[in-house]
Amino acid sequence: MKTLTFAAVLLASASPLLAETHTIAPGDDAAERLQEALIMAEPGDEIVIGAGRYTLTDGLSLDVDNVTVRGEGMDATILDFSGQQGAGEGLLVTSDNVTLRDFAMENTAGDGIKSKGADNIIYHRIRVAWTGGPDPENGAYGIYPVESTNVLVDGAQVSGASDAGIYVGQSDRITVRNSLAESNVAGIEIENSRNAVVENNMVTRNTGGILIFDLPNLPVMGGGNVLVRRNLVVDNDTPNFAPPGNIVAGVRRGTGIMVMANDAVTVEGNVLDNNPTAGIMVIAYPQPYDDKTYNPYPRRVAIGENFDNRSGYEPQFEGADMLLAAFGGQLPTVMWDGLGENAITVVPSLQGWNVGVTGQGVGLEGASPSPATFAAFADALDRSQVGATADLEARLK
Amino acid sequence: MKRAGVALVLSIAALAGAFMARATPIGSVNQQAVLEGMPAQLSDYGFFADAVAQVPGKSVTPYRLNTPLYSDGAEKLRFVYLPPGAQAKADGENLLDLPVGAALIKTFAFGEGDDRRLIETRVLLHRADGWVALPYIWDEAQTDAKLSIAGGRRDVVTPAGKTISYRVPNKNQCKECHGLNGAVIPIGPKARNLSRDWLSALHDAGRLDMVPEVAAGLPVWEARASADLDSAARGYLDVNCAHCHRPGATASNSGLDLRWEQTDPKAIGIMKRPVAAGRGAGGHLFDIVPGKPEESIMTYRMGNLEGGVAMPELGKSTVDEDGLKVVRDWIAGL
Repeated sequence: MKTLTFAAVLLASASPLLAETHTIAPGDDAAERLQEALIMAEPGDEIVIGAGRYTLTDGLSLDVDNVTVRGEGMDATILDFSGQQGAGEGLLVTSDNVTLRDFAMENTAGDGIKSKGADNIIYHRIRVAWTGGPDPENGAYGIYPVESTNVLVDGAQVSGASDAGIYVGQSDRITVRNSLAESNVAGIEIENSRNAVVENNMVTRNTGGILIFDLPNLPVMGGGNVLVRRNLVVDNDTPNFAPPGNIVAGVRRGTGIMVMANDAVTVEGNVLDNNPTAGIMVIAYPQPYDDKTYNPYPRRVAIGENFDNRSGYEPQFEGADMLLAAFGGQLPTVMWDGLGENAITVVPSLQGWNVGVTGQGVGLEGASPSPATFAAFADALDRSQVGATADLEARLK
Repeated sequence: MKRAGVALVLSIAALAGAFMARATPIGSVNQQAVLEGMPAQLSDYGFFADAVAQVPGKSVTPYRLNTPLYSDGAEKLRFVYLPPGAQAKADGENLLDLPVGAALIKTFAFGEGDDRRLIETRVLLHRADGWVALPYIWDEAQTDAKLSIAGGRRDVVTPAGKTISYRVPNKNQCKECHGLNGAVIPIGPKARNLSRDWLSALHDAGRLDMVPEVAAGLPVWEARASADLDSAARGYLDVNCAHCHRPGATASNSGLDLRWEQTDPKAIGIMKRPVAAGRGAGGHLFDIVPGKPEESIMTYRMGNLEGGVAMPELGKSTVDEDGLKVVRDWIAGL
């Protein structure tokens, strides 16, 4: 019997290219069939979810490497979690080389899709929505890759997240592009991550548009080398609806692009319009902290040519009226809190102001705002390292 | 071809299983079922002499944990199977190192006496390439339990008298709690959470290489009133939370590490801000505010049942009031 089994194994491993397609159609037990397919899939397999609306009461999960989960379009294949009872997210992916494409997740109880420790993952034309609009009861993150190397988000649409629509955390080599982030607290957020490019996205009706953050006391520290370019960051005017206690609950309504406590971030070629608090904000982490490995200051943030039509006309700050009066009714595009050595460089065409905060963790108390004179644009980005790698791009084809 | 190959292996295994079942006495374990394939019925393993009464068979030893994980108040019947001639090895006060071919079996039941209903039995099988977790759901007639890869839901009445939709986790969800650095591992049978008497008996029977030294065992949950509060609370958090909230596990990205052996106050949540808690923060700023359980995210999430807020995320449809009280009292005294 031992010999026979061995032969069978040999036979099996001799045909590695016979990937299977598992097709799920709507109907009775569709949720169970889908979860079974996600569990029983083998590397190389594709799971196709047919057009239709699927009602799910429990979170789904995928833990098999090299699997594609594909719908028939993000407006055609809809996984509806409105009645979700358990789990912290709609779909959890914990395996590598996974492609998710062409389906939608609606109204998950917690996060939309979370991928953790899932390297080389692609989110392509995925829609995650809380359909009732901004609401603190909505889940925190829409698309949520964390602790991963190589992440590509392309053509996604996320709306209604009570924290960040597209959030990439504690990861390396990241591309977020061609996506629409609308009506979230934060549109797109890159946190404690390195080597990211955020490009060609439409980011609108959020509280804050694009956030590049580093936070203390996390397993992965030291975010930086991030390029933010050619995004449309317009009309981010939704009042902050994050539940208190979250770091983004402190984001001011109408923040376009915000860089906090990061190293080597370049912001260029973006169109900013109608962001009431600020077009571009560069600041230190504002809270007290006690993590010796943490640097709360922005370093080497380079602001290149960006087009800003109208921002800073209704800033959500104490003393806004006085500020507006001093600056002639509208604040300059670039706001810096004034903290950090070698924190920020800016092209001459953009105007800026310095909030004049007195120290890290102090807040606005005692601040003395003034027009800023910045050092000339000095790009510290290593462009060869930003973004998902070429092999990931090749899988999209 | 690939699938044909797999099917062949499975059918050979099934055939072998059938022969073995006939050739060995009732109550003996089908070693092949532990080592290969995905047996369709719990009875295929032969773990029990009387499965409905949960009477273990040969080489299957019942055990209990000092502090158990809360599962909606389910009665949990735990067993370890060691293949004939094989021995478990002690690793200090940590998890017992069980040999390939061993299995851990855990049955969840609700109701008492004649009204007791077995709901599900989870098995963890130690195979040559690692541990495999499989869930089995009991049939209405209580004759056998069937493999349920996708898990399921059953209406049950908890000991507190609540009717709930009890969730049997799917195969992947097993890994959400049992996963460490990408592999599936057992959680429960750590020497520090087992009684010394049980460990000694297993050693005396020749099935454990030595009785491990345990500096400070987890308190016995039922006797928590006489244990010191710090041990009771930290033991509870270790058992109920630390399989996810530790480096290398499901919630590692939170930076919260609730293991018994963790001593850094920030790592266990004291004045630690949340990262991705969303509305799970409940409007609070820190995981634990010393002296103020009502301002601590930890107790807020333990006391909540909503998806996206409730902790633990899985395996809970009711609040563990006893566990919550211990953690509240502990935070109040910090």
